[in-house]
Amino acid sequence: MIRFFSFLGRTLEDAVRGTGQSVELLLVASLHVKDAWKRRRFLLEQLYTCGIRPLPVVLVVALFTGMILALQTGIELDRFGAKDRIASIIGLGLCREMGPFMTALILTASVGSGIAAEIGTMKVSEEIDALEIMSIRPESFLVMPRLVAMAIATPVLTFVTDVVGVLGGCLVSATRLRIAPEQYLKHVVESLSQDLTYGGLPKDLYTGLAKAFVFGVIIAVIGSSAGLRASGGAIGVGRATRSAVIQSFVLIIVVGYYLTSLFYT
Amino acid sequence: MDPSPATPAAPDRAPPADGDEALIRMVGVHKSFGKKQVLRGLDLSVRRGETFVILGPSGTGKSCLLKLLVGLLEPDAGEVWVGKQRVDHAHQRVLWEVRGRIGYLFQSSALINWLTVAENVGLPLAEHTRLRPHEIDRRVDEYLAKVHMLQSKYQMPAELSGGQKRRVALARVLAGAPTIILYDEPTAGLDPVMTANIAALIRSVQREFGVTSILVTHDLPCAWEAGDRVAFVDGGKVVHCDTTEKFQHTDHPAVRNFLSGGRSAGSGAPR
Repeated sequence: MIRFFSFLGRTLEDAVRGTGQSVELLLVASLHVKDAWKRRRFLLEQLYTCGIRPLPVVLVVALFTGMILALQTGIELDRFGAKDRIASIIGLGLCREMGPFMTALILTASVGSGIAAEIGTMKVSEEIDALEIMSIRPESFLVMPRLVAMAIATPVLTFVTDVVGVLGGCLVSATRLRIAPEQYLKHVVESLSQDLTYGGLPKDLYTGLAKAFVFGVIIAVIGSSAGLRASGGAIGVGRATRSAVIQSFVLIIVVGYYLTSLFYT
Repeated sequence: MDPSPATPAAPDRAPPADGDEALIRMVGVHKSFGKKQVLRGLDLSVRRGETFVILGPSGTGKSCLLKLLVGLLEPDAGEVWVGKQRVDHAHQRVLWEVRGRIGYLFQSSALINWLTVAENVGLPLAEHTRLRPHEIDRRVDEYLAKVHMLQSKYQMPAELSGGQKRRVALARVLAGAPTIILYDEPTAGLDPVMTANIAALIRSVQREFGVTSILVTHDLPCAWEAGDRVAFVDGGKVVHCDTTEKFQHTDHPAVRNFLSGGRSAGSGAPR
């Protein structure tokens, strides 16, 4: 019994400490965004890693998500003679929730785990210590470029997911539900244009992109923080990577809920 | 002169009086990792411009001692001084300042894996100077030539052998223009020829740049070649310290046992 409470206490302590370190890391790395120009080469490399490399996966997942959504929803709507609504459902569903959420999950698995593993390996092989001894802050040298790259790449990839998902839905609507592509796309644009704000930008689109921005920051910070806390060789790096993926997944869902309630209530 | 007697930790942060122009001092340092007590009141004093070798069995806290000097670890008790600055529990700003004067050669070399050899060596210059890229490049060539690694300038660390990595790491250390260099097992895992090369390099760096060095090693030929004085750490303390020549002929039982590889009759308990 004592062991159980001891384990519980240690787990809670680790969780609180980890959260504190992640928040501190976010603040310190944000302060070093001013170094972005100086580290533009690393930043571009990270933009490639975070924004271009996951693109094929994002495209495939987005296309098939749009297609599945159209197929599942369209068949049901067709039974009630409301298949015309399919375009609105896909457009709004993707832009508001599914686009940012799916993109964030793909990036957590592909980029967030990579960030944790890279920085974790640097930590256990004393490269982080070497940077500190050279008076180079890892928050500026390693974390900031990843943070900025993810904050830029996630909304961009989310926009790509939205567009490709809508096109996937269009494909299924045209072939299986016999809705003309022009009519489908017109309905998508109409449904998104119902709530225009800030210079004519559809609210459903920009709230989705804002969510994606926050998710990008979460993935970069959680991955970096887990990597910087890695210890104990290859096992420690594996543990850090696993923990980064799980924490990011959970945080994305929880934060996603609160952002939705902030934007739509 | 060493080991100097442990003195109680001073309540203020004034450097301890020392007549030997000590650049580095550790006074009564204790350090534990969990239940394992690694350092137990260690005293150490390193003079300006000398190469100070630390020998001792594995697990006696030799590498830990180096990390305490640069503030990568904090002692549980005792004082750590570099020049006139107290490093233990120091503010981050003080640590940055102290680290600016120290170069650290890691056992693993700790080269940044995704940077080329030239970028690794030029890193301290790119970060802390306003030199133009061509000037950094010129200096990188200079430091790489000193360690005979100019031909590998555009290679990645993964393409280098262990000895080559150490030499590149040493070039990176030199690029930071340190006044103190800490070597953590610089010859570990290297063949005898490469070991002799590294030892000669350490000696030549000390002569050419006048740096103060601490060399942690298990390698006796390297210690004799590079060191001015040698300390033997055992049981978390410096148990014997002398000039390199006298150290080799000491009668201290634990040292004799270590030097003879545990074959010395009547020496301290074998490990």
